[in-house]
Amino acid sequence: MPKVKVDGIEVEVPAGATVLQACEAAGKEIPRFCYHERLSIAGNCRMCLVEVKPGPPKPQASCALPAAENQEIFTNTPMVKHAREGIMEFLLINHPLDCPICDQGGECDLQDQSVAYGRGHSRFAENKRAVTEKYMGPIVKTVMTRCIQCTRCIRFAEEVAGVEEIGAIYRGENMQITSYLEEAVTSELSGNVVDLCPVGALTSKPYAFEARPWELKKTLSIDVMDAVGTNIRLDSRGRQVLRCVPRVNDDVNEEWASDKTRHAVDGLVRRRLDRPYVRRNGKLVPTTWDEAFAAIAAVDHAGSIAAVAGDLVDCETMFAAKALLKEFGSTLLEGRQTGMDYDTSSLAAVNFNTTIAGTERADAILLVGTNLRWEAPLVNTRIRKAIKKGAKVFAVGPETDLTYKVEWLGADLSVLGALPDAVTEAFGKAERPMVIVGGGALKGAHGAALALVDTLGLVKEDWNGFNIVHMAASRMGGLMLGYAQKSGISALYDAKLTFFLGADECDFGAFGGFKVYVGHHGDKGAHHADVILPGASYAEKSGTWVNLEGRVQRGERAVFPPGDAREDWTIFRALSERMGKTLAFDTLGELRAAMALDCADLAEPGLVTFPWSVPSLSTTAEGVMQGYPIKDFYLTNAICRASPTMQRCSAELIHGETFAEAAE
Amino acid sequence: MGIAQTIKAFTLWEFVKAHALTLKYFFKPKATINYPFEKNPLSPRFRGEHALRRYPNGEERCIACKLCEAVCPAQAITIEAEPRDDGSRRTTRYDIDMTKCIYCGLCQEACPVDAIVEGPNLDFATETREELIYDKAKLLDNGDRWESAIAANLAADAPYR
Repeated sequence: MPKVKVDGIEVEVPAGATVLQACEAAGKEIPRFCYHERLSIAGNCRMCLVEVKPGPPKPQASCALPAAENQEIFTNTPMVKHAREGIMEFLLINHPLDCPICDQGGECDLQDQSVAYGRGHSRFAENKRAVTEKYMGPIVKTVMTRCIQCTRCIRFAEEVAGVEEIGAIYRGENMQITSYLEEAVTSELSGNVVDLCPVGALTSKPYAFEARPWELKKTLSIDVMDAVGTNIRLDSRGRQVLRCVPRVNDDVNEEWASDKTRHAVDGLVRRRLDRPYVRRNGKLVPTTWDEAFAAIAAVDHAGSIAAVAGDLVDCETMFAAKALLKEFGSTLLEGRQTGMDYDTSSLAAVNFNTTIAGTERADAILLVGTNLRWEAPLVNTRIRKAIKKGAKVFAVGPETDLTYKVEWLGADLSVLGALPDAVTEAFGKAERPMVIVGGGALKGAHGAALALVDTLGLVKEDWNGFNIVHMAASRMGGLMLGYAQKSGISALYDAKLTFFLGADECDFGAFGGFKVYVGHHGDKGAHHADVILPGASYAEKSGTWVNLEGRVQRGERAVFPPGDAREDWTIFRALSERMGKTLAFDTLGELRAAMALDCADLAEPGLVTFPWSVPSLSTTAEGVMQGYPIKDFYLTNAICRASPTMQRCSAELIHGETFAEAAE
Repeated sequence: MGIAQTIKAFTLWEFVKAHALTLKYFFKPKATINYPFEKNPLSPRFRGEHALRRYPNGEERCIACKLCEAVCPAQAITIEAEPRDDGSRRTTRYDIDMTKCIYCGLCQEACPVDAIVEGPNLDFATETREELIYDKAKLLDNGDRWESAIAANLAADAPYR
């Protein structure tokens, strides 16, 4: 624990910390471009120069210099000021002054730092360098003349995303960042390089020229595209969400977000249900709320009511539907639309118990039937981190590229009963072993995977290595609220009246009764409905979501739903009145209080720890996995399917269509 | 009543005096002008009706940087932008609500390409409020119409900037 003095302030920093981190600990701001907390140190922008004693009588790059005992660091001496001005002038030599047409304008590190640390003018009268644009796929727009060669994007692609597809060619002033062979970067995390780029060289293609950062309303929300529960900020103007960027939360998403999280927001203004519909003579016709409610109230259901929760709904909606069903004495609730019927008597046995952040510390990992790269990309990055620390990874399932080295054990699930020696040996030595079961294996191998808890010693005093990866944002919340039947969704098929809460994936033909779709997009569910009640998407309501590790998180409303659409819980409240059983909550606060009484864990945001118990299940696993449940990463839900950006990503990155534009 | 007073009364002196004054102003040069046909001289810095200018080759100058929108104290400007077919950054909507505008001239100060300017035109009164909400077409049209005057004003003011 070296003690150093920064501008006379004494601070103690952890061993191995850099001078830059010591300065930050002392509350001094050090300008930087190439340094990033979550990437390796490059030390090539030289913006973080400080004066260090003892040491050579010249400024030193603080990001790459380890803090040592009794160092004296100066961040505000004339030498440092002069050095920063010099570096800034060099960086601006080749940087075009096109801030007015640059999308980074207003949130640009180079802009801010040249105001704060620059000289204010340049002595460079010669021609500036110009660099041709590079094609990096449907998400990233490049203006390479603006690049200051910090190499953050290269390091991100290599270290975090795990695709070595961005690199630098040539050297010195002629260095250029490029995607090799000008092909799209095939990573589901490529959008993050836009945030990382300190200048406007890499900007968001779908968001190009749409808005300036100062005109956007910023709302803190939770992502629903997968079950990770990425913390996001929705930037909206007027009634439209224009972009989605991740927030920092070290427990969940660090500061990354998948491309689906970022760019599905343009689906929020397309194919929306903005008025109620009723099916008359086999055709859906627009109607009023009154008539839609009357059509539902007229159904002779005799208490046989069911509710199917879709993948994106919040706990408030599910609770409101549950409360309405309860008034009629029904508990026919289900959220696993595709027919899964795994045992939910112990929620710990269907939870990601290690926690997302804990995954980093694992030293032996067995993936069972999960393509984590698509099912939970941000858990995949944690596994990459674990591997960097020395973890060994085995996987059961069809071989696929997970961006790291995996020892494949075949697609036959029966291997769980007789694991090869290499696995048992690695797990025997491991202190923090981990098994991650995906949706593909949950149907047949839940019991067999639970049996591994004993055979591989997954659960210890301060470590629980048994994990399930869910794919729907509503799943854990739904399970906590009782959205699970013993025999799965087939228990609901005979209900006389079924509410589909944004459910688009189920087998609608199997439902015999009256179908009411409460949701926001005109997708599969709406096509089969007898009545459509237009609801709000995740950006249009304040909601509670529980992510795959059981973390209760709340998001705020960013914009209002379009047209006649309403927040979902208010629809159930209004409908309950028409059905003669008025629900006992009138405000979101009252609803949340009632929900907390029903499920105490949902009362406050935070990580829920479910008591560990193992249900007794058949421990034999059979069957060869033919594929993974997600067939197309970019088109997994109604919002994505309505989004032109996601459509293009799917066409280009998954189906291999070429959109590559010739470099200008 | 004194003698002098009586004489003045009988000679209608006040009457004559008043008429003399009237005659004086009758022959004096006038302060008023015949407005729509005659106009007062204007400073090159005069801030009148807005216009969006073009480059000599016909390309519109505005690049949708939105600095005028940001600086406008009355929030009279609304801009929306998207990439044009050739990939350049252009506005799809450029509205100025002239009823909100306070003619402070900050928009033309903020403009990095001298696209939005307040021209010399001051008589643009309309019969309805709606006509005072200018869109991009109207502003570009203003620019085309007033370009020579605007360019002359900018050139006249340039040495002092």
